[in-house]
Amino acid sequence: MAETPIALTVNGTAQTVAVPGMKRLLDVLREDLALTGTKEGCGEGECGACSVLLDGRLVNSCLVPVKQAEGADIRTIESTNLGAMQQAFAETGAAQCGICTPGMILAAHALLADRPHPTREQIREGLAGNICRCTGYQKIFDAVELASRRNG
Amino acid sequence: MRAHLADFELTVATDLTAALTLLANGSANGESWHPMAGGTDLMVLFNAGRLPYRKLVSISKLGELGGISVSPDSVSIGAGVTYSTIQRDPILQAEFPLLCQAASWTGSPANQNRGTIGGNIVNASPAADTPPALLVYDAEVELTSLRGSRRISYDQFHTGYKAMQMRPDELLTKVHLPRRDHALKQYARKVGTRKAQAISKVCFNAAAQIDSSIVRSIRIGLGSVAPVPLRCHKVEAVLTGQPLTVALIAHAREVIAQEIKPIDDIRSTSQYRSLVTQNLLGEFLGSLL
Amino acid sequence: MSHRLIGTAVLRKEVAGKVTGKADYVDDLHLPGMWHGITVRSTIPRGDIRKITFQDGVPWSEFAVVTAKDIPGKNVVSLIVEDQPYLASETVNHMHEPILLLAHPDKYMLEKARSLVKIDYEPLATIYDIDEALRANKVIKHYLMEKGDVDAVWAQAAHIFEGEYSTGAQEQLYIEPNGMIATFDRQEGVTVRGSMQCPYYIQKALMPLFDLPAGKIRVIQQETGGAFGGKEEYPSMIAGHAALLAWKSGHPVKIIYDREEDMAATTKRHPSRTRHKTAIAEDGTLLAMDIEFVIDGGAYATLSAVVLSRGTIHAAGPYRCPNVRVRSTAVFTNSPPHGAFRGFGAPQSIFALERQMDKIARGLNMEPAVFRERNFLQTGDSTATGQVIEQPLNLAALQDRALSHACYFMKKAQFRQSNKTATVKKGIGFATFFHGAGFTGSGERYLQSVAKLRATPDGQVQILCSMTEMGQGTNTVLTQVAAETLNIPYEWVTILRPDTALVPNSGPTVASRTTMIIGKLVENAANCLKEKLALRSGCSAEEFAEACAVHGPLEITVQYKEPGAIYWDDQKYRGDAYGAYAWAVYVAEVSVDTLTGETCVDHFTALQEVGRVLHPVLAAGQIEGGVLQGIGFALYEKVKFRDGAMINNQMTNYIVPTSMDAPPISVLFEEIPYEHGALGAKGIGELPMDGPAPAILNAIEDALNVSFQHVPLMPEEILERCVA
Repeated sequence: MAETPIALTVNGTAQTVAVPGMKRLLDVLREDLALTGTKEGCGEGECGACSVLLDGRLVNSCLVPVKQAEGADIRTIESTNLGAMQQAFAETGAAQCGICTPGMILAAHALLADRPHPTREQIREGLAGNICRCTGYQKIFDAVELASRRNG
Repeated sequence: MRAHLADFELTVATDLTAALTLLANGSANGESWHPMAGGTDLMVLFNAGRLPYRKLVSISKLGELGGISVSPDSVSIGAGVTYSTIQRDPILQAEFPLLCQAASWTGSPANQNRGTIGGNIVNASPAADTPPALLVYDAEVELTSLRGSRRISYDQFHTGYKAMQMRPDELLTKVHLPRRDHALKQYARKVGTRKAQAISKVCFNAAAQIDSSIVRSIRIGLGSVAPVPLRCHKVEAVLTGQPLTVALIAHAREVIAQEIKPIDDIRSTSQYRSLVTQNLLGEFLGSLL
Repeated sequence: MSHRLIGTAVLRKEVAGKVTGKADYVDDLHLPGMWHGITVRSTIPRGDIRKITFQDGVPWSEFAVVTAKDIPGKNVVSLIVEDQPYLASETVNHMHEPILLLAHPDKYMLEKARSLVKIDYEPLATIYDIDEALRANKVIKHYLMEKGDVDAVWAQAAHIFEGEYSTGAQEQLYIEPNGMIATFDRQEGVTVRGSMQCPYYIQKALMPLFDLPAGKIRVIQQETGGAFGGKEEYPSMIAGHAALLAWKSGHPVKIIYDREEDMAATTKRHPSRTRHKTAIAEDGTLLAMDIEFVIDGGAYATLSAVVLSRGTIHAAGPYRCPNVRVRSTAVFTNSPPHGAFRGFGAPQSIFALERQMDKIARGLNMEPAVFRERNFLQTGDSTATGQVIEQPLNLAALQDRALSHACYFMKKAQFRQSNKTATVKKGIGFATFFHGAGFTGSGERYLQSVAKLRATPDGQVQILCSMTEMGQGTNTVLTQVAAETLNIPYEWVTILRPDTALVPNSGPTVASRTTMIIGKLVENAANCLKEKLALRSGCSAEEFAEACAVHGPLEITVQYKEPGAIYWDDQKYRGDAYGAYAWAVYVAEVSVDTLTGETCVDHFTALQEVGRVLHPVLAAGQIEGGVLQGIGFALYEKVKFRDGAMINNQMTNYIVPTSMDAPPISVLFEEIPYEHGALGAKGIGELPMDGPAPAILNAIEDALNVSFQHVPLMPEEILERCVA
């Protein structure tokens, strides 16, 4: 069965992929578009390592069939407008092994976009879908607070 | 990712009629199409190589399934409305706070952006978080096929474990919540395996109208303690119209222990579920004294 | 001595790649012509393999298949005992044991193919229970560690206390699953790239598999997304599998486990059972500790003897006790082999000890802090192995500081009052413990670790060693040490990615040895470099650069030399067990909801004396992360077994703490520089795993006045006892 091309925008660039509609957005990003920054940690939508923004909203890309992302605007860790959060993560020690970091940065970015000055409790809630096994989360909270303060 | 990708087909329905046509034709000529909304249940099965359906029709962008409309008597939520949208809606927050609470407890922010209330209902897990709230609010579900629409009280919708009053050619299109104008004391508590992203061991929702310590009305909806989301009619009957006393609460605990049918499973035990249900009932009723 | 870089929070060396998504983990790599591999595993826990059938449904001629018969060399994963095969040939001894391997260019074909391989077995009897294994004498290893004569003092004891404690299995749950890519070339041999802690372990394991010398087995570490011990020994297995498929197919082969497979088939923390019998003198001092410690090793020996060793040595804790006997055993059962996980036996035996200490204190009607203080080791005392504590040690002061910071006494009294009427009962409890850094006894001498420094004419310095970054901060700390010692900018020093073709064998990245031991080697190498360049102490970076320009490229190689005499008797288990110990006091404040049995850790205080803190953010990060894993070990992470294997092998059913479950964690450091550790540092990576579980259970007992003796402690068990 020939695959009809699926068009979507990824990090501001128009892309077209000819893949089965059920192929996961995660795999399309990593395999067809060579954007390997988005990671697979569980394949169940539990760990958040595969988090991306789809039309501005945080989603687990391991649970999105690419056909449902047709025409959508996708932002991944390779996006250029994450610099402030990336810098905050670097400075506070919020990244240890780094595998949860791309998803965590996307989730933190989405949180601040929705709520520019969250309390620490709201930060915990906003990141509850991103599991980190290394840091104990404390410095991740610090990073989000730092980025939030710098946003002004 | 364990699914054999080549075996699957995903098509996008352009409108509701097109989706319903696929569902109707599918049952007629043997190859059946299965609807997929936000994918947060079906894709988990797909990834694990356990999705039983090969042909999927995406209904995630159907305008007919979106929107929250408000009339004097009821609020109607499109089946395709996501948990995130439910949480943010001001009318739902004001009048149906248990539903907003349930939506905030389901999965994670990322899954709440994709998961839909319709999907939560038709996935028919007894552990789902929104059904107990829907039971407490006397929700009605609307089922639509090419033949037309019908409405069923949500309390009647689940007939057994993963069994529903829904035909293969029907889609769940709306959830209707009757608006009430009297003050309710509302209570929701989810006891899960951890504070977030948890499947519930017990999910307890209740709303009561108390007047001079008489229970004018009470509705209790539970998750994870029966093969279906459970509306506790027996306990409600024992409490309705009665003066609320410590003795009545003790009796109500006994009645609810008989009404629920919890099991041992990978997450918890029947005994724990029973004890917790009784304790939460006691906590809620105690707060009304 | 003033420090320029040490004690500052320099940016993690490889942080740019990690925050931009550019860091190259194994699954991010794609090699031309690469195929994908999958492992076909047993579906019964023990039995003889009768028949293997490849059923119709995939084009089998397109697949590469490897069975035990194909193996060119020895079908044994070389570690300590040669008992574990890469692929089962006649008999399987645990569920999910690897039997054969498949590879194909299309990764989406693999699972379907796996499901079409039908294997018929003749089932054999199984053992899952520790006592059954003991009765059947299925012993991997046994230790007897003795000091004084415990049996001589029971009669004199004013009090005798007995207790039995147990800990469950725990899954490491690194967020990056195991993965390897292998290539095979007739000339170059095997090259393996992947997620790992110990490239030289893998090299050593692949040599007999292919009957190739070290020069033909190249192992390269990719960016590794968490390990915690779970990638210490297991990677040799998956590396061997990928390499066999590459050898058979003629293509590079990538094997990446998905979460279900990784959880079910790879190693976990050893479950344990400890029995304590303690004799107490009239004045509340320890007279004798008689300890029986048993761990479940699973179906093959792997590292169980070493886990047992560390658990044994830590079993009697940081206390002065004239008579100690530890009889410890590791047994075989028909579970997938258990393995290394941060703490490595110590969390298990320390859990039991710290619960026993609280039990004794309660039995004597003594405040646990007073009882412990009466029995703490001090400088000049000897441990259970007879090691004399030479470094300054003041556990009483550490305890005071930790308890004061946590407002322990005030809260304890407060909770006693408020608990009378509250349904959510609060409690506060603590644990005092130590953790030895580096390999036990003569282990470091045996490793003969090597590290190199290379200097270029423009003053750039490169560190070459086999220590692997897995998030703990190896890259950063080792370059800090070099830059500090050479008095050059942090940016002038880099560290080469571990690649057995390019770096020497510095030993494995385990046992909390990297900073302390290899950091010291790097420090020594840097001092050698300065000598070679004829630089005086205190010279500037400019002078260093000039000297390099004059000298030309330079390479320094240093090998580990035991600092002074370390006397360790491996037969009697006596002597100097570790070069240095970190000492700690951890305090947990909990709320227990008596309606649901749920326990929440409200606040955690982690105080430790660690030598010198080289990097405050990295050090605190290790403690915070380890504490949360310890909280998981105590309250959330239950492995459910059927037929000896994990059945809740999905992240939805194996519960690790989320951001909502993590308490605020106060980290306090004390520093008494250890002269043989890099710039004074001692090891800390595993220490934080030891304290949380007993501290939390001590706190729960404080809250409820009900005692629990096992972890993980689930709400179901708490509620049942509350009601009873």
